[in-house]
Amino acid sequence: MRHILSVLIENEAGALSRVTGLFSARGYNIDSLTVQTTEDLTMSRMTIVTHGSDDVIEQITKQLNKLVEVVKVIDLSESEHIERELMLIKVRAIGKDREEMKRMTDIFRGRIIDVTEKTYTIELTGPGEKLDAFIKAIDSAAILETVRTGASGIGRGERILKI
Amino acid sequence: MEISGAEIITRCLAEEGVEFVFGYPGGAVLEIYDAIFKQDKFKHVLVRHEQAATHAADAYSRSSNKVGVALLTSGPGATNGITGIATAYMDSIPMVVISGQVGTPAIGLDAFQEVDMVGCSRPVVKHNFLVKDVRDLAVTIKKAFHIATTGRPGPVVIDVPKDVTINKTEFSYPASIAIRSYNPPTKGHPGQIKKAVHLIGEAKRPLIYVGGGAVQGNASQEVTELVKLLNAPCSNTLMGLGIIDGTDPNFLGMLGMHGTFEANLAMQYCDVLIAIGARFDDRVISVPNHFLAQPKKIIHIDVDPSSIAKRVKVDIPIVGDVKHVLTDLIAVLKETGARPNAEGLADWWKQVEAWRKPDCLHYEKSAEIIKPQFVLEKLCKVTQGNAIVTSDVGQHQMWTAQYYKFRRPKQWINSGGLGTMGFGLPAAIGAQLANPDAQVACITGDGSIQMNIQELSTAKQYHIPVKIILLNNRYLGMVRQWQELFYGNRYSETYLEALPNFEKLAEAYGHVGMRIERPEDVEPALREAFTTHKDRCVLLNFITDGTENVFPMVQNGKGLNQMDLPAHMRNLQQTPFENNRDYGNLC
Repeated sequence: MRHILSVLIENEAGALSRVTGLFSARGYNIDSLTVQTTEDLTMSRMTIVTHGSDDVIEQITKQLNKLVEVVKVIDLSESEHIERELMLIKVRAIGKDREEMKRMTDIFRGRIIDVTEKTYTIELTGPGEKLDAFIKAIDSAAILETVRTGASGIGRGERILKI
Repeated sequence: MEISGAEIITRCLAEEGVEFVFGYPGGAVLEIYDAIFKQDKFKHVLVRHEQAATHAADAYSRSSNKVGVALLTSGPGATNGITGIATAYMDSIPMVVISGQVGTPAIGLDAFQEVDMVGCSRPVVKHNFLVKDVRDLAVTIKKAFHIATTGRPGPVVIDVPKDVTINKTEFSYPASIAIRSYNPPTKGHPGQIKKAVHLIGEAKRPLIYVGGGAVQGNASQEVTELVKLLNAPCSNTLMGLGIIDGTDPNFLGMLGMHGTFEANLAMQYCDVLIAIGARFDDRVISVPNHFLAQPKKIIHIDVDPSSIAKRVKVDIPIVGDVKHVLTDLIAVLKETGARPNAEGLADWWKQVEAWRKPDCLHYEKSAEIIKPQFVLEKLCKVTQGNAIVTSDVGQHQMWTAQYYKFRRPKQWINSGGLGTMGFGLPAAIGAQLANPDAQVACITGDGSIQMNIQELSTAKQYHIPVKIILLNNRYLGMVRQWQELFYGNRYSETYLEALPNFEKLAEAYGHVGMRIERPEDVEPALREAFTTHKDRCVLLNFITDGTENVFPMVQNGKGLNQMDLPAHMRNLQQTPFENNRDYGNLC
């Protein structure tokens, strides 16, 4: 099953490699991983999307907690949460495609953030499935380049991950 | 006054009460060695290979309540130390390793003797540090000792670039340290302890299974008290030996792949298992499904939450320091008076004694050829079970675990998790330095001893009077045993054809060498080594039976009640002997 883990970790050199090293050494899966410092610059927050049986996820959580630099770990998917991913996608925009791309971007509530005579670069945010849906909805031959950040997540309502 | 990074290192080590640093100099650590030359707070022990530095530091920790320290130079010095770091990591041994690094401006430029030590060691350390600023050095060393020794202990590496050892700053060593992201558990949850007491009160066939965590957690007294309070049988893992006196009637011997008949069957057929500082690893329970096919309730006490439910799901996990948890558990047991069902327990003991009776460690004695088991029985007799015993890895290690009756914890020093050949001799050196008045024996084989034999030179330099008990069977015995049992006697590369004359080799290093070929000479030779040559390092080259195998044995993929047994027990059934007892689903 898919799980989305939020990790608060000391913002120190090598901390990321400890996390990724743990996943590869123990044979766990990383579907995506995002990381950036928080409002407290001494700390980073990671969002790791992974999958595995409940036993495996329990071990992943425990092993992450065991890392000396990890401050806190929660499994966001245990309760209601929001996740968002950013995609930048460059598409061919000539002839009738140009209008079509603009329309699709509007439907998906994306934004065109760079324009040339032949291309659009579109910014699209949402859950991963929405970004997948956009890719499916447009003509695959028109896609020149895509880049996706992987999911970032946060708990709904009063649920807070903080030290 | 500002002092250099190198001086800060020596001052910090002195502040930590370090007595010995095991190391080997080189370019990146020249400043540190200069600072060592100028101080007299601790001694440096010059090994002959960096692997030995880490093993010696490790064994220094294992045989005492102090922390072993190793000092390695950058590049090959550091990578040579990795095997010893991994060995300590697998057995959760506290150790601090300082490695030199090329100067910070040269890092990443493939400089001479540069290796990414933080990267290389990351999978085999509890934590590691690269110190880029001399002002962070003292606090990093403080953190390293704190992390290495608390919670589930382990090795910590501090990588120090050369310019950091040269640069100067004001020195102050923090008296204590708090790390917000690191808060190891201490006390166990009272609710869980109550549940455990309730379960113990319902037990008919309890077993107490104790591993190395109880040794590292200094919980010998508490374990023994619990065993006596419940009058439960107790078995130890390879790493747990000595936690309860090996001659205690409640002690069933080691369990696992080469565990005793009675311990393995008790493990399989118990109804309430109390696991203390043990991790249900493959060499202990073999296949989890087979182990759990016989219904049992499990209480698991461990300081590391990730050890719980890793291979086996348990009913009552208790996360905490084993000493604290056991103290609380014993208090609640006394308060409530909860004890295992008396009738059930009496029946259980009858069964256990019936399993014990055929004596699974019995072997055919010989008047012609030295049996390896015989040497270990005699060693135990001559040293009165009191020696600190280190071992290498293989058949001799298992026989030592089976035949030497350890009396106390921290007396048995071996590489259990990683199974590192070459561990024994440097470990004996470390253990002897930590315990200068103890008799120290290193049990080894003709394969293992050659993996770090250069340390005979270290033993000479520092007058280390260890006794090397070499069980020389001309084979890599454990591999040969597997080839005999599972590979149709095809002894692929396990016969050592060009062995040196070990006793002459020992003499060449300046030690006493002895060759023993007759069974009747075994005991006198041991006595001579431990009395006449008390103050010398002695290598006793015992020419042993090369065909001997270690039994009982649980083959890979088999259950604990499917042991290969020694000849005199081959036809014995491995289920409870009386079927009218309530053992649930027999498998």
